[in-house]
Amino acid sequence: MNLLTVSGSPHVHDKDSVQKIMWGVVIALLPALLVSTWYFGISAIILTLISIVACIAFEYLIQKFVLKVNPSVTDGSAAVTGILLAFNVPTSLPIWQLLVGALVAIGIAKMSFGGLGKNPFNPALIGRVFLLISFPVDMTTWPIPRPFTTLVDAVTGPTSLGVIKEGLMKGETIDQLMAKSDTIHTALQQGHKLADLSGFIPSYTDMFVGGIGGSLGEVSAIALILGGLFMLLRKIISWHIPVAYIGTVLAFTGILWMINPANYINPVYHLFAGGLMLGAIFMATDMVTSPMSGKGMIVYGIGCGVLTVLIRIWGAYPEGVSFAILIMNAVVPLINKSMKPKRFGEVIK
Amino acid sequence: MKTFKLGGVHPEENKISANKVIEVLPLPKQACVPVTQHLGAPSTIVVEKGATVKVGQLLAKSEGFIGANTHSPFSGKVSKIDTIIDTSGYRRPAVFIDVEDDEWDESIDRSSDIRYEINLSRLEIIDRIKTMGIVGLGGATFPSHVKLMVPEGKKAMVLIINGVECEPYLTSDHRLMLERGEEMMIGVSILMKALEVNKAIIGIENNKPDAINHLKSLCSKFNGIEICPLKVKYPQGAEKQLIKAAVNREVPSGKLPIEVGCVVNNAGTAFAVYEAVQKNKPLIERVITVTGKSVKKSCNLMARIGTSVSELIDFAGGLPEDTGKVISGGPMMGKALNVLDIPVMKGTSGILIMTQKESKRVVVQNCIRCGKCITVCPMGLEPYKLAQLSEIENYEMSESEKVLDCIECGSCQFTCPAGRPLLDYVRLGKYEVGQIIRNRTKK
Repeated sequence: MNLLTVSGSPHVHDKDSVQKIMWGVVIALLPALLVSTWYFGISAIILTLISIVACIAFEYLIQKFVLKVNPSVTDGSAAVTGILLAFNVPTSLPIWQLLVGALVAIGIAKMSFGGLGKNPFNPALIGRVFLLISFPVDMTTWPIPRPFTTLVDAVTGPTSLGVIKEGLMKGETIDQLMAKSDTIHTALQQGHKLADLSGFIPSYTDMFVGGIGGSLGEVSAIALILGGLFMLLRKIISWHIPVAYIGTVLAFTGILWMINPANYINPVYHLFAGGLMLGAIFMATDMVTSPMSGKGMIVYGIGCGVLTVLIRIWGAYPEGVSFAILIMNAVVPLINKSMKPKRFGEVIK
Repeated sequence: MKTFKLGGVHPEENKISANKVIEVLPLPKQACVPVTQHLGAPSTIVVEKGATVKVGQLLAKSEGFIGANTHSPFSGKVSKIDTIIDTSGYRRPAVFIDVEDDEWDESIDRSSDIRYEINLSRLEIIDRIKTMGIVGLGGATFPSHVKLMVPEGKKAMVLIINGVECEPYLTSDHRLMLERGEEMMIGVSILMKALEVNKAIIGIENNKPDAINHLKSLCSKFNGIEICPLKVKYPQGAEKQLIKAAVNREVPSGKLPIEVGCVVNNAGTAFAVYEAVQKNKPLIERVITVTGKSVKKSCNLMARIGTSVSELIDFAGGLPEDTGKVISGGPMMGKALNVLDIPVMKGTSGILIMTQKESKRVVVQNCIRCGKCITVCPMGLEPYKLAQLSEIENYEMSESEKVLDCIECGSCQFTCPAGRPLLDYVRLGKYEVGQIIRNRTKK
């Protein structure tokens, strides 16, 4: 008779795996990539593929030759980092800069801490912030999306959050900015060819569907929400972080807007015009760098939301999602320590 | 439909033998009866080598309050008295019997009549349950009479009968409730009398609608017994989770169910209590499910305690070619056996045979801090952290993180996408913390 296997219980497993989770995230990111390709052209796909290949290659090489361990790139986590990094840069970014970003993301933010599961900060965001600080011009030069490319001479345009921030800093009111933008809208509708799109603030529909300037993967709210719903259904993420994060931004900017609509844009722009959807659904929910308990996730989500608004409105950058998430990543160990799950039998009725 | 709130998982149910009528397993030629088959003090053997024994004769007498008698499930000659490694993995004394005929002690009522009238008084019932060696048949084998002696200052309000059978594969309680439901209900009435409660709730998961309906139809005959269908979720059969599901009370950490006025007994135990009190029959046999995906003839067997596991497997069509693991109990909490010529015991609810492919654990990867172990833990613990603390041998912190609250249900390890052996480490933590506490109280 064969020898019997002996091991402790449980003797069955639900067959969920790191691979399944990571490839689930990849699938959830596909709609946003498709929308982006529609608006920015094939370069969106090319850039994403290069980023994936670079991240996987860097992880493989570092594991094989630097750490001298068995490469574990098949777990899919490097691919996810690759896609998210590409999603966080403009499609016009030079390839070599993207490669630098991938090396920073994988090499510094992930492998130097011990690889998957050990990194305190989201690798893709570290890569993005490194690029943003090193190449601020290239990283904030946004290609003009498809419906406008034939109507405008310039090949790059602003993001709406950038237009608003710049205008407000010059002392203009929201109403003046919107009026200026409206004249551009009218001109475009009448078929006038414009030199550039400065001062242009896109319509709600364009923001929701994705026809706006911005990073590769952040433009289409609807595609990102679809991906988020898929991940919710597959139980890859839970509702806590996205709801707390987006809810906080909505509440915070809503209050400001109600107090003084002349200086604060209405909250819909904060929801859809920047990287909030991508950040709240895909970046802040990164399992490795977010809290473990539901309670902790809500605190973390609120923290991300408050910081995002603070940076967007009073900070130096028009966009604050990356910084907000990275700062909250640093707080996660503290949250985990103080926000315990409710124990069975802890409260006596 | 009711269930417990915190955590829980849904393993594949695989109740292959759910429709198989309980069959009586033929008597073996040789048998080996471990005499300490319960939690508590070891028993003293009262027979000698060469002695002739009858079915139902006392083999070993319990010592101390928490202990249980062991009776002979067979008639024949005592061939030797020795030790054996039993299904719990510990070496324990056992009585070896060469089985001859099937001669029963005269005091045992072997008729198939159902005795409804409960003539014994409360204390007589408890004493009978103690004498007849009844222990909890859900698997923990805690002596039943102890649970019925409610400590001073506490009061039992409700008796909860555990017919949940949340372990995948196992169907022994299911079949028993279906085929011997009436006797079991009388057993429940006896337990109610012993506890002086006028309410009993039988919790059954709704994947056994036939058992629910059958027992519901019997309810009109019995006073104060209520059937409570429960939504399927593992580990609902765990005592504290069942109490939460059935009466929505939480047993405080480190305390017993009586703290919230509940006493929990297994459905199989209620049946054994019926036989002990009404038929004067000691606990010498029980229903055991023999099952597995590649088992030829999955079945539910009424087997005598002390029959070798291999005899049960032979009855079910023999050990399949591709066997990788043989488990005493279910796949979530059962113990893997390394040999098959060991006896089944009072706590053996099933023999599960897994294929080689099923027996392999998944590859271990880094923890990705997904928090799934926390979500599924029915005790609200943080299994990933308890496992880490064991890895770095920080048992003081394990203790303050309440490692001893762990009920070892295995939900965390079952669900861990990184395939980490969480429960292995938590068990180690529980053991080490237990040692620390023992040393502390010694001083």
